[in-house]
Amino acid sequence: MSEKRKFGFETRMLHAGHIPDSYSGSRAVPIYQTAGYVFDSPEYAASLFELKQYGNIYTRISNPTTAVFEERIASLEGGTGALATASGQAAQLITMMTLMNPGDEFVASSHLYGGTYTQFEHTFKKLSIKVHFVDPMDIKNWEKAITPKTRVLYGETIGNPQGSVFDFEGVSSLAKANGIPLIIDNTLASPYLCRPLEWGADIVLHSATKFINGHGTSIAGVIIDSGKFDFSNYPAISSPSIPYHNLNFYETFGHYGFLMKARCESLRDTGATISPFDSFLLIQGLESLSVRMDRHVQNALAVATFLKNHPMVDWVNFASLPDHVHHARAKKYLPKGAGSVFAFGIKALNNNPRETGKKFLENLELFSHVANLGDCKSLVIHPASTTHQQLSDEELKRANIKPELIRLSVGLETIDDLLWDLEQAFHAISR
Amino acid sequence: MGLGTSLSCDISMNTRLSADEIRKYQNSELIRKLLNGAKTIAIVGLSDKKERASNFVGSYLKSEGYTVIPVNPLKQEILGEKCYPDLASIPVPVDVVDVFRRPDEIVGVIQEAIAIKAKAIWMQLGIVNRDAAELAVKNGLGVVMDRCMKMEHGRYNGNLHWAGMNTEIITAKKVSRFI
Repeated sequence: MSEKRKFGFETRMLHAGHIPDSYSGSRAVPIYQTAGYVFDSPEYAASLFELKQYGNIYTRISNPTTAVFEERIASLEGGTGALATASGQAAQLITMMTLMNPGDEFVASSHLYGGTYTQFEHTFKKLSIKVHFVDPMDIKNWEKAITPKTRVLYGETIGNPQGSVFDFEGVSSLAKANGIPLIIDNTLASPYLCRPLEWGADIVLHSATKFINGHGTSIAGVIIDSGKFDFSNYPAISSPSIPYHNLNFYETFGHYGFLMKARCESLRDTGATISPFDSFLLIQGLESLSVRMDRHVQNALAVATFLKNHPMVDWVNFASLPDHVHHARAKKYLPKGAGSVFAFGIKALNNNPRETGKKFLENLELFSHVANLGDCKSLVIHPASTTHQQLSDEELKRANIKPELIRLSVGLETIDDLLWDLEQAFHAISR
Repeated sequence: MGLGTSLSCDISMNTRLSADEIRKYQNSELIRKLLNGAKTIAIVGLSDKKERASNFVGSYLKSEGYTVIPVNPLKQEILGEKCYPDLASIPVPVDVVDVFRRPDEIVGVIQEAIAIKAKAIWMQLGIVNRDAAELAVKNGLGVVMDRCMKMEHGRYNGNLHWAGMNTEIITAKKVSRFI
């Protein structure tokens, strides 16, 4: 066997992070459904608590099943390590709490998932952390927003509802020139379609609930660190940690300082921990990731093309379509396809776009009306009549959500059945 | 101390070294050889303060079964081991000299390491002295620079899998590291 073998993506989907244990030989990853771990001795326990030894103390901080998921996703993203969390929102919170102190600021793309926008704008205010949102379509907007207080640049690989593709090279050069880490939410792409660390990002986040789990069965998140960012002069990582008796995470754990601090301080103290059973479901999800994603992008392109050519459709925002403003960028960063989640707008009937969208959704038979995405099953949501129904047309406009906007997460059903469902819904509302 | 299954450990990570220097001074084969083969490690600049990085490294390596020899002229004993004022005073053969000193003090340490016929010099994270590294290589010593011996041990033998680290170990065979 060659010592230097670089195993492929699919091999690592199935094997990375798990070595069959010698006492049971269990081929599947065992679920270690335990809260605590028996210590060898009081002295050994003390060294674990001081972080002088590597090992499990309590599942709020680490767990052997979760560690398999963490190493596996780190391997797939090309990172040095990972930290799993109770949700994607928790992954963001833990990352930002680890990197920032009260009074710090960060710059984020305005093309963000709504829940992220709310967390950054409102909840982070309570931690005295200030976000500046920028229109990501022009790199100059990022440049102008950076100040000496800026600690992080933040964006999503694929931003919705615009279907925009992140300017990895532009923003990562800016991040490097300013010594600021670039953090990317890669949820909509998954590491199979895009690996932001290869394009200059420093840290990648996921809502693992989506394509990683793949079956809509777990709420989960994960943080992956490239290990390449120089934290030696980064205040939150290289200053003494008071709870750990002035331990300096950078000096002691080197390139792993951020992840150790995120685990041993932020995860420990927020308690936003994933359960071992959910980690097991994520591991199962990852084992079929490439196969699912290939079909997801194939079906999504067929659905988007069908909609694009439909006389009742006004617009489709999907970077896999040749007329999208970021099509060339999508081909570069997402060569296998720009995911399977996109938004489109129906032409308004009776001059009432909100009602038209609502009626279309009501008439769908096969697309599930669900506030989730990245499931094997096709999902649909009409924000103006559900998540954003309390907003006036004027407020919707400010939130960048058109009243007719419908978001699809195209699943793995027989493609002809998906197209049939859309066509019959168009037919139903046009009568 | 068993470092059996590690295959690659070539993932790049933050360092002050260039790509060429990484191949030379953070060479994965050399690191694996040192971690596997070394028995006695002298730690120059080992602190008795529990929160210092050197204390973390020393206590970890000791618990992993290495013989750790503290080199610190100001102390009698650290981590329960007898302290020596310099490398020349150590009465037993030294495999690896692990260094926690400022870059401008490295040349002197390397001259001592050459004199006692140590097999390798390991400069900890953040310590870069290219001239000193060259001097050590010319005198036949293995050289590792700007890496932490504790972190590399945990990475190469899989101990840091516990904390979600990408150990780069891929195998379908049963191993004993979890026992």
